[in-house]
Amino acid sequence: MTLSTRLRGTVLAATLAFAGAAVQAQELVVSAAASLTNAFQAVGQAFEQSQPGAKVIFNFAASGPLLAQIQQGAPVDVFASADQETMNKAAGLIAAPTRADFAANTLVLILPLASTQAPKALGDLANASIQRISTGTPATVPVGRYTMEAVEKAGLTAALQPKWIFGESVRQVLNYVARGEVDAGFVYRTDAMIERDKTRIAFTVPTTTPVTYPIAQVAASRNPALAKDFIAFVRGPSGQDILQRFGFSKP
Amino acid sequence: MLIPLWLTLKVALLATLIAGLAGIGLAWWLSRSQFPGKGVLDAILVLPMVLPPTVIGYYLIVLIGRNGVLGRYLHDGLGINLMFTWQGAVIAASVVSLPLVYKGARAAFEEVDARFANAARTLGAGEFELFIRIALPLAIRGIAAGLMLAFARAMGEFGATLMIAGNLPGKTQTLSIAVYEAVQAGDDARALWLTLIISLVCMIVLVVSGRLLQAKH
Repeated sequence: MTLSTRLRGTVLAATLAFAGAAVQAQELVVSAAASLTNAFQAVGQAFEQSQPGAKVIFNFAASGPLLAQIQQGAPVDVFASADQETMNKAAGLIAAPTRADFAANTLVLILPLASTQAPKALGDLANASIQRISTGTPATVPVGRYTMEAVEKAGLTAALQPKWIFGESVRQVLNYVARGEVDAGFVYRTDAMIERDKTRIAFTVPTTTPVTYPIAQVAASRNPALAKDFIAFVRGPSGQDILQRFGFSKP
Repeated sequence: MLIPLWLTLKVALLATLIAGLAGIGLAWWLSRSQFPGKGVLDAILVLPMVLPPTVIGYYLIVLIGRNGVLGRYLHDGLGINLMFTWQGAVIAASVVSLPLVYKGARAAFEEVDARFANAARTLGAGEFELFIRIALPLAIRGIAAGLMLAFARAMGEFGATLMIAGNLPGKTQTLSIAVYEAVQAGDDARALWLTLIISLVCMIVLVVSGRLLQAKH
């Protein structure tokens, strides 16, 4: 164990000793992909109502940075990522039997509402009229990887290479399009629904890899029982109902 | 690995130049004049030093973003879009560095003994000559210190730069942003290398400018 991990562990233990066992039993830290922000906030509220005394603390960001945080010892109980690849990389850090897919999504191309462009397929993005296209940074953001896969399959990698504006998360990509800073952006259908009055969907992008979301309990969780309860809630009828309200589909 | 370094140096040097010219000019003007609202102008010039970089980033977006106050004219009229460009990064770095030059230069100018200026005037020196041959040389240490700090600040600028210029490798990914991305991607080796490079460069800048300032005496 490195010095900083041990120090962090000591500080954490001291803090918990002060806070008392009661608090420890009730708090759940959930790191979830940015695209789950609105849906999971609703799920969290419903979960807290179903389990009085439970408190869910959310940490939303792109899946890559969330994984990096867990690798560096962040006290997370549940991890939900936007692609299988990130969860695969988390293999040593999660309780494998708890891993399960809980939702699916679609990749779409969106335009600023005021845009006069009308691309119908990926090939149209190569036109000179589209100068800036946004997606997530492929190394750390799942939506970027799904996008690059589709672009590569369509043989447009070289044509689109100078146009990319990479965002830190799918929500930043959404924001860039909503503000009109870019001409088009790749987000999930559920994100496009959030900014319905500032963006519009041009077309759906078929992806080679299906867009599915896995969830798992982090092995080092301080509250594995509550973590498993949360996962069961997300996969159960109440959780699935809420997710579908926000536009997610069954895994 | 070195591309972020060249980009950072390019942005920081240009930003220091711009902040330097503006800061020194404004400091000279404000050190010599009195007018209502001078205190407010002074506060506005120092504000970027106190505001969080993300707040400055937001102000800049409002100003030069695609639909911004100035941005929309730049785009529709001149076809210029400063978002996601290294020029935008220079603007962000200049804004955060300006207060450092301004404060250093202003303090230095105000330290210059007024009798020298008056003596020069009795000998026929014009105001510009006064600036170049009397005030500037006497204030150079304070100004140099301000410029050094401005350069260091511009090199390390992160928040406002990320919001305006984004994170485009090879185009706007400065060293500080590259370190951030490497850590997020779990690429510790790359993060370490980048950190060592920027630490080395900053050390060299500090040692060299320390020597330069010493040589004055």
